[in-house]
Amino acid sequence: MWLGKLTLLALRMIGRRGNALPGLVVEKLFPRFLARAMARLPEGVIVVTGTNGKTTTTKMVATLLGERLRVLTNDTGSNFVRGAITATIEHASWSGRLPYDVAVFELDEAWAVRFVEKVPPRRALLLNVMRDQLDRFGEIDTTAKLLGKVAAATSGHVVLNRDDERVAALGAGTNAIVSYYGVAPELRELFPNDEELYGGPVHVSSLPAAVELRGLPSPPRPATSMRIGDTDADVILRAEGPHNAQNACGAAAIALTFDFDVETVVRGLGKVSPAFGRGQQFVVDGRRVTLQLVKNPAGFRQTLRTLDAGAPDALVIAINDEYADGRDVSWLWDVDFRALRELPSRRSTSGTRAADMAVRLRYDDVDVGEIEPDLEKAVRTAVAAVQPDDRVVVFSTYTAMWELHAVLQRIGTAA
Amino acid sequence: MRELVLVHLYPREMNIYGDTGNVVVLRKRLEWRGLPVRVEPVSVGDPLPHDADILLGGGGQDAAQGEIGADFASRGADLRAMADDGVVMLTICGSYQMLGHEFVTQEGRRIAGVGVLDVTTQGQPVRLIGNNYVETPETGRLVGYENHSGLTTLGPGVRPLGRTQRGRGNNGKDDTEGAVRDNVIGTYLHGPVLAKSPRFADDLLRRAYARHGVDAALEPIDDTLPELAARVAVGRPR
Repeated sequence: MWLGKLTLLALRMIGRRGNALPGLVVEKLFPRFLARAMARLPEGVIVVTGTNGKTTTTKMVATLLGERLRVLTNDTGSNFVRGAITATIEHASWSGRLPYDVAVFELDEAWAVRFVEKVPPRRALLLNVMRDQLDRFGEIDTTAKLLGKVAAATSGHVVLNRDDERVAALGAGTNAIVSYYGVAPELRELFPNDEELYGGPVHVSSLPAAVELRGLPSPPRPATSMRIGDTDADVILRAEGPHNAQNACGAAAIALTFDFDVETVVRGLGKVSPAFGRGQQFVVDGRRVTLQLVKNPAGFRQTLRTLDAGAPDALVIAINDEYADGRDVSWLWDVDFRALRELPSRRSTSGTRAADMAVRLRYDDVDVGEIEPDLEKAVRTAVAAVQPDDRVVVFSTYTAMWELHAVLQRIGTAA
Repeated sequence: MRELVLVHLYPREMNIYGDTGNVVVLRKRLEWRGLPVRVEPVSVGDPLPHDADILLGGGGQDAAQGEIGADFASRGADLRAMADDGVVMLTICGSYQMLGHEFVTQEGRRIAGVGVLDVTTQGQPVRLIGNNYVETPETGRLVGYENHSGLTTLGPGVRPLGRTQRGRGNNGKDDTEGAVRDNVIGTYLHGPVLAKSPRFADDLLRRAYARHGVDAALEPIDDTLPELAARVAVGRPR
């Protein structure tokens, strides 16, 4: 513990963002550290995993449970085991005591399996399995198997997205109590999976949902409608888009396993602010700039839907192909961009693969104003091209988002 | 000009590497020129249109490849007749492998192909993954991305589509990438390959018209963007 905390302190002192390294140090030296620390938590550990929505959903669960419980979470976005260990070290007292009731950890699919081998979770929230990082995971079906291992290792409650067939099927492989969340059948077509994108039949689940998404905000009505248990409720969500409304249902379903009442769930969800780079807003020269992460076809399709609520005045799409983004950019061709044709927004592309993105848009007959690989220049140009109070939306892959986040903090202020 | 019929093979089952983009590129390059085009999706059990001009197939998950293996095999006679008849085929990765004689899995199981292309593929544990580009004699440089574990060996009945760097391409050994026989082309280039290889795309269209005795003088398209994207891609890490 001391060693980990000292490492963390040292890193902070030399000005580095200490996400995973202190965790790495402790993991190497004390492999059973995490299991011991977690075993002391009265309500144990909640693992949140799946291809899309992990970070925002984890934040939703942590904020919501925070209404009643003391919650430890890896909210720095380092979704590896070491990130979880780092969060634990950071929040533990020097004697190793954790002043928390429950831990909520976001873990990516492969790391979730490694984590549950060390620390069997009390609860798991499994979101979806989509095409992403095939160079790392191989195939979608392989990813589903990883989530199956997480479900099998969970002792108390497993909460599953009933509308993802691969995820819904995982209820059969666990001894935990299984409950589901889902979207109302009439909303189902807003959430196509990879198969359905190319015109396969839309799968409508008949599984019972503990929490169901019933209606999306449509201006001027800002509320998202949900059925929570037996009660219909209106929730104000600050994270935009249908996918975040769906994720909020998953978070609410976790809260129900703690016997939270509906009022507390609604209040808690209303307090969730967007996670890092997931709909975060900045003000630059009086213009409102929104940063949205896109990293795989399904996620990009969902994020495009956030434009349904109103077209921005400028749209920047930043595509990087660094290792953490995936070197292969062919996934851009599994996203339909034709809806952008009619938007009045001024459009530009940026990032290492700005040209690839522009080609993709061109083949969907979407005009592009300029191709500017330099991220800061692209944002500055977009901001300068619109009026004060206008909206600029930036869609960005993972590594581009980190850089853009720093740029926006430097040239603007967080809204 | 006569309507070109593009057959998109297994659009639902084999779609995970963006190869659908090849269909988009060909359709758009015809539409932009005001030339009539029809796209026919063909999934498991659907009949192959008799008037197919260009057949496009992509790569898929191994499981999906198993699912459609029997369906593909049952089309062997049709596909051989179409190939002999000069139908243009662009097959990527999994569908390239299935056009060959056979695929031998890592465990030694033999999966028969349809024998349209004189190639055989041997599964092995290491995947060839990364940005790749290929120099071709007729259509210049093709730029894409490869991601395959099967190693393909060419027989005398085909010639390579092009030359690539060692450690890449058909088998990582002989510098070849892809295979060509008549108007049938197989390649490991995803990307999708036609997105950043516009000359290659137009060459496929010309072949389809030429088969009907039409010498298509395709109107030039401004390909500044795809050419820029190709230059960028070639300079990126593998």
